[in-house]
Parts: sequence; C-alpha cells; structure tokens
Amino acid sequence: MATAAIEIENLTKDYPFGFLHLKKKTSLEGLTMRVEEGEVFGFLGPNGAGKTTTIKLLVGLIFPTAGTARILGKSISDISMHADIGYLPEQPYFYDYLTATELLDYFARIHDLPAQERKARVDGMLKKVGLETARKIQLRKYSKGMLQRIGVAQAILHDPKVVILDEPMSGLDPVGRREVRDVILELKQAGKTVLFSTHILSDAEMLCDRVGVIVGGKLRGVGAPDEIVGMKAQGMEVLFEYAGAAGGLQPLLSKATQTGKRYRMQVPEADLYATLQQLGSAGAKVLSVTQVKSTLEEYFMHLVEADRAQAPAVEVSGK
Amino acid sequence: MRRAGIVALNTFREAVRDRVLYNLVFFALVMIAASILVGQVSIGIEEMVIVTLGLSAISVIGLLIAVFIGVGLVSKEMDKRTLYALLAKPVRRWELLLGKFGGLVLTLTVNTAAMAAGLFLALSLVKQGTEHVEASVLVAVYFILLKLALVVALALLFSCFTTPLLSILYTAGLYIAGLFVTEMRNFQSETMSRALQTLLRWLSYLLPNFENFDVMAAAAHGRAIPGVLIAQNSAYAALYCAVVLTVAAAIFTRRNLK
Repeated sequence: MATAAIEIENLTKDYPFGFLHLKKKTSLEGLTMRVEEGEVFGFLGPNGAGKTTTIKLLVGLIFPTAGTARILGKSISDISMHADIGYLPEQPYFYDYLTATELLDYFARIHDLPAQERKARVDGMLKKVGLETARKIQLRKYSKGMLQRIGVAQAILHDPKVVILDEPMSGLDPVGRREVRDVILELKQAGKTVLFSTHILSDAEMLCDRVGVIVGGKLRGVGAPDEIVGMKAQGMEVLFEYAGAAGGLQPLLSKATQTGKRYRMQVPEADLYATLQQLGSAGAKVLSVTQVKSTLEEYFMHLVEADRAQAPAVEVSGK
Repeated sequence: MRRAGIVALNTFREAVRDRVLYNLVFFALVMIAASILVGQVSIGIEEMVIVTLGLSAISVIGLLIAVFIGVGLVSKEMDKRTLYALLAKPVRRWELLLGKFGGLVLTLTVNTAAMAAGLFLALSLVKQGTEHVEASVLVAVYFILLKLALVVALALLFSCFTTPLLSILYTAGLYIAGLFVTEMRNFQSETMSRALQTLLRWLSYLLPNFENFDVMAAAAHGRAIPGVLIAQNSAYAALYCAVVLTVAAAIFTRRNLK
C-alpha cells in the first residue's frame, strides 16, 4: 500500500450550543479514512454532512473533540505541516483592498518564497487561473468566479504536496469549472494529492481516483467511483434481434422495449443464464449483454435517503 | 516572528487603504487654523492653549482609531472569513495576533507623528520658540502613543472572544477605570468594609494605569518631564502589552473558527 497522504482516525467534532453550552451537536462522528499519496479523492455529501467540518479540522481552523489526523505523517497540530498543504476555503473571501498580485505576493511571503522566485511564481499562477488581465484590480471588484480562481491560485502558489479544496467548482461558470478541473488534473499529473469536496457528482466521477460519501457526519462509503456504484448493480441489460412470431417468447418480449427488430430488456443477474438460453432456443440473436450500474448520483441519493430514514441517529444528541 | 512582520505590514496597508490616515490632513489644517484663531483671542497663553488643544486632539483621535479598528482586527477577519486562507498557511495564531497588533501600532505611530507635526507647526506660528516646551510636548506625544498601544492590546484581547460591540464597551470601560486608579487605590470610607477596600486596592494594581501617561499639564506649562518617568512608562507599557497579548494568544489559539 502506498504511503498515506492523509490519515484520519476516529475524528469527531461536537459543537456545544444553548445558553450555557451544555448541549452539543455532533457534526462529525468517528470519521476514519485514508487518502493515498498522488490520489485525487472526492469528498461527497449533502449540505451539513460534515465535509467542510472535516476539511477545517484538517487545516487547523477548528479542533477535534476526539480522534487524530495526520497529513504526510505529521499531526494536524504541527505547524510545519501547513507548509506542505494548500487550501481553498468554501466561498473564499480575501482582503478586498488588495489586488490579485498583492494578495499572491503576500501569501508567497508568508510561505517564505525567495524574492527572485516570488514574482515569477505569482505571474505564473495568475496566468494559470486566467486572471492576468485583472491582476491590478482590487479584489473588492472581483466577481464570485474570479474570487474562486484567485482562491485556487493561492492554494497552489507554494507548490504544496497535498491540496485540499472545499467546493472548488462552486460559483463557477462552465468555463471556470473546466479550468479548475484542468488544474486538478495537472496537480494529479504532477504527483500531488488532491482532496476536494463537491456536490457536483459528474466532476467527482470524472476526476477522482476514489470518492468518500459522508452523510450525517458519518462516512457511508469509500471507493473508486466505478466500484462504489458497482456495489449497487441493478441487473443486466440484454440487447437482441428477433424477427419471428412471439410464441413462447411472449412473456420476455412483453418486458422488452422494441425498436424495429431490436429488443432491449433488463433482467436480474440471477435470471441472465435462463433468459439467454430461452432467447437462443427461440432463434433470437443476442447482440450484447451489459451490466446496468447505478450512477454515482443514484448511489449518493440512496445513502442520503437511507440516512433520512434513520434521522434521529444524526440529530442533536444533547444532554 | 518574521511572519508577524509580514502580517503587520499588511495590516498597516489595510489601514492606509481604508483612508484612516486621511484624517491627519484634516487635523493638521484644523490645528493651523485654530492656532491662528487662538493667537488672536488669548494673549500670553497661546502656547499653553495650543499644546492642550493639540495633545487632547491627538489623544482622542488616536483612542478612536485604537478602539474601533482594534476591536475589528480579529473579529472582522473571522466574520469575513479572510483568516481561513491565512491560518491554513504556516502562520501560528500568536504570530497573527502580534502582527495585527504591530500593524495597528505602526498605523497609530504614523498617525500620531503626522498630527504631532501639525501641532509643532501650529506652535511655531504663534511663539518665538523655547526648546523646553517642545521637548516636553514630544514626551507627551510619546506617552500618548504608549497609551494607545495599551488600548490596542486590550481591544485585541476582547476581540478574540467576544463581539465587536462588547469589545468596544469593555475596552472603553477599562480605559475609563484606568484613569482613576490612584483614587481607587487611596479611596477610604468608613462605610466601606476592609475587604472591599483591599479588593479595590488590588484591582487598582491590576487595571491598566492610564493616569501615568497623562503629562499634558506639564507639557502645556513647559515643565521638564523626568527621564525616570519616561523609562518607567515605557517599561510599564511594554510589560502590560506583553501580558495582555499573551492572554489574547492563549484564548485565540484554542478558538474554533466558525
């Protein structure tokens, strides 16, 4: 097994609430997972599932109630770990009195980049995220999409080994989304580890080596998108041609969709062999047999609905 | 520590771009105009009036900036979430606080220096010039700056754990209480229990002593300010700021950002 870039063990976060803070709301419950080095990992879940809480715990903005996490072998409480990570907050907002160049230069100084390297790095980043022409405009005049782009630029400015992006596609138009996707793919090609949270399942399917689905503060599934949806295979689709009389095939044909001489039908995996035998003996020509998998979206919705059915388990558990 | 310096310079840049320092030009103009006016209506005591008026104005404007910007140094960044990207970088939280403190003190130093320049310009227009007055005015300006640094540290401390409005109230309350520490220390009343008197006396030592920084009367009358008081006030301000900032850092380091 490759070295883990991110290791999370039993991470839990409770938020106290109420007048005397005696009650608590559990945002994250015993999260345990690994993200391998060089992997693009998608963190999926509905609003309030615990994605942002997990990310904020990893980058040290909030502190865990229980559990531990390590990034590149260093504890998340170790300040030196921060030099190796890049982070894009959800709906990022930066010092609006600075221009894009000034903001990136400020962060480059924080990262201790040498003076001669700083300018080239800042210019390169602005080009990469398509903000070259807006470099001298104060950020208060930036659109949401432009802020997202400068956010991506500041996250990868110092060439971090692990990049953590919280909803990087949020607020972007199709062109912006494509550019961010390209940045993620470039990072992958450069051997970086990328963890990003998203609602946009097609992006996760397209970009991720593995995804984790979190619902109600608990991790409900982890795996490659293909594997994860394959876990819920819905049956087999059989495509065949048949020109004869219905006869003994009538029960099957009644379940199929006909286009000219072609029929398409779905059968349970257990019935596949019997169905193929039946078609063969009736003289039908089987053109293809494919496994019907649920999409990631269907899998995701299935988990969300299952969680809602047991809602009390993830609701406020205050005393 | 280097990162605290980077944060400080950015905080200064923010203050400049928020046009906080533009009140200087206005203040300098008012000082010059007032000096000419006062010169015409107060015969013989022009310098005293100008020094008192000028130092009071420097102090009040400085206090307004120290309190109102000071309470927003951390809370505004938490509300706007501009801290998120910064704290995910290798910046310790105490470095951030120290940088914020340093940035606002730098802003106040530039502000106070410019206003003091206006005051000296006004003085030069109405008097023939005695070095003694100018030296004590300079020390008075320095004490105002020390006082402002202390106020910034207090505002920063409160902004680490409460709302801006409450931070303003707490800072202003401590400032006002700090103006009466001698009275508090020496207060005696037959109706007051001994325990309460002891408590008041201890409280008077704990509260920031802002009385020590007030040498306005001496400056206005051109009395020399002893060097030992300068050293004592400098050490007191430095030590008090260090303690307050340490407490602020201890609180902020444990704080979850919403």
